[in-house]
Amino acid sequence: MAMKPVTFTLNGLAKAAFTEDGQNLLDFLRRGVGDMAPKYGCGQGGCGACTVLLDGVPHLSCLTLAETVEGRRVDTASGLAGATISPLQEAFMDRFAAQCGYCTPGMLMAATALLAKNPRPNRDEVIEAISGNICRCTGYEPIIAAILDVAEGRVGA
Amino acid sequence: MAVTVETHGALADAARAMAGGGTYMGGGTVLMRGVNDGSVQGRLLRSTDPALRAIRATGDGFTLGAGVTMADVLASRDLEFLHPVARVIGGPQVRAMATVGGNLFAPHPYGDFATALLALGARVVPAAGGSPRPLDDILRDRARPHLLAAIEVPRPRDARAFGFLKVSRVKPKGVSVLSIAAHLPRDGGRLRNVRVSYGAMGPAPLRAVSVEQVLEGQSLDPATIARAAQVAAEGLDPPTDPISSGWYRREVVGVHLKRLLERMA
Repeated sequence: MAMKPVTFTLNGLAKAAFTEDGQNLLDFLRRGVGDMAPKYGCGQGGCGACTVLLDGVPHLSCLTLAETVEGRRVDTASGLAGATISPLQEAFMDRFAAQCGYCTPGMLMAATALLAKNPRPNRDEVIEAISGNICRCTGYEPIIAAILDVAEGRVGA
Repeated sequence: MAVTVETHGALADAARAMAGGGTYMGGGTVLMRGVNDGSVQGRLLRSTDPALRAIRATGDGFTLGAGVTMADVLASRDLEFLHPVARVIGGPQVRAMATVGGNLFAPHPYGDFATALLALGARVVPAAGGSPRPLDDILRDRARPHLLAAIEVPRPRDARAFGFLKVSRVKPKGVSVLSIAAHLPRDGGRLRNVRVSYGAMGPAPLRAVSVEQVLEGQSLDPATIARAAQVAAEGLDPPTDPISSGWYRREVVGVHLKRLLERMA
């Protein structure tokens, strides 16, 4: 199988790795680069657990060819925390917005993209922003509340 | 057999390469599923031609590059009449990736955008050159390989002339039980050159010919709407899938058509 070199920026750091022909970005990030934050849920683009940001826009890494990120910026949930966890992660913790936690990296990235574009979203906008992400534990309400906490300055102010 | 990916800078080069066999990948939201599960094998062709992402105003409408995404449509104020359609296709992640050209070939029950374009009388521009062809032709013959450069979309005569409705079981994002698009230009209070199309009511988006015949030349009054709803499922044999049975689709299409037409009256 042909291998292709890919250079890109992952969570602000320059990366170079080889991708196999036809390899999806999720597999490339996890097996090729070692970033285990994006999760394999369905492999069909239905669950959003694999959501990463490409140039700031949420994408499904399971449906993205790895080689298409050449020269682009990729952000995953691994890059959210600095010395301490980010306000969004703190809000997820405070609101018990993660139970099994499998959807959480995808939810965090969908919410990150929303808040970057629209720092004061209303509830409908939050619901729309996470409509491509499935959670089977929380019933969504704690997740929505956590994102609104950040938007309305109740966390990380 | 494995997958090999070829990326061409110019769409014309991808079109020439496709003559030697292979599958073209647009946004990947449909095809990558097959790559992931191994059902898609062999040669995949892509193009990074910037013309594929261009949105151009023309005299009577717009030309959308085949690689324009649903998010691109939503970002364009000129394409506001298509926003209600693009907004109900997938979640934000899918909309950032799914292309207008790809939607024309998305298998049942997908293809809501194609349903809207069909009602608007869109024409497709082949990548290999030649005259634009009615979208109706492409949708009837989707099994044959087609590589498209762009889609010409006529602008509805006025905002009231175009309507779209999608029925899904999951809100706000869900796969279609069915979708309906209607272009109902009025001339002196009478409907002229009516086009009504359905998504998920057949193997590909299709025209609701019986409904069009009922509406053509009439005013959009309650009696006409009732007659259109009566013939809504005429001649159709919608597929059964995990979203809905074909029987259910036939039963409810008239109800939803009536609601759409009442909204447009």
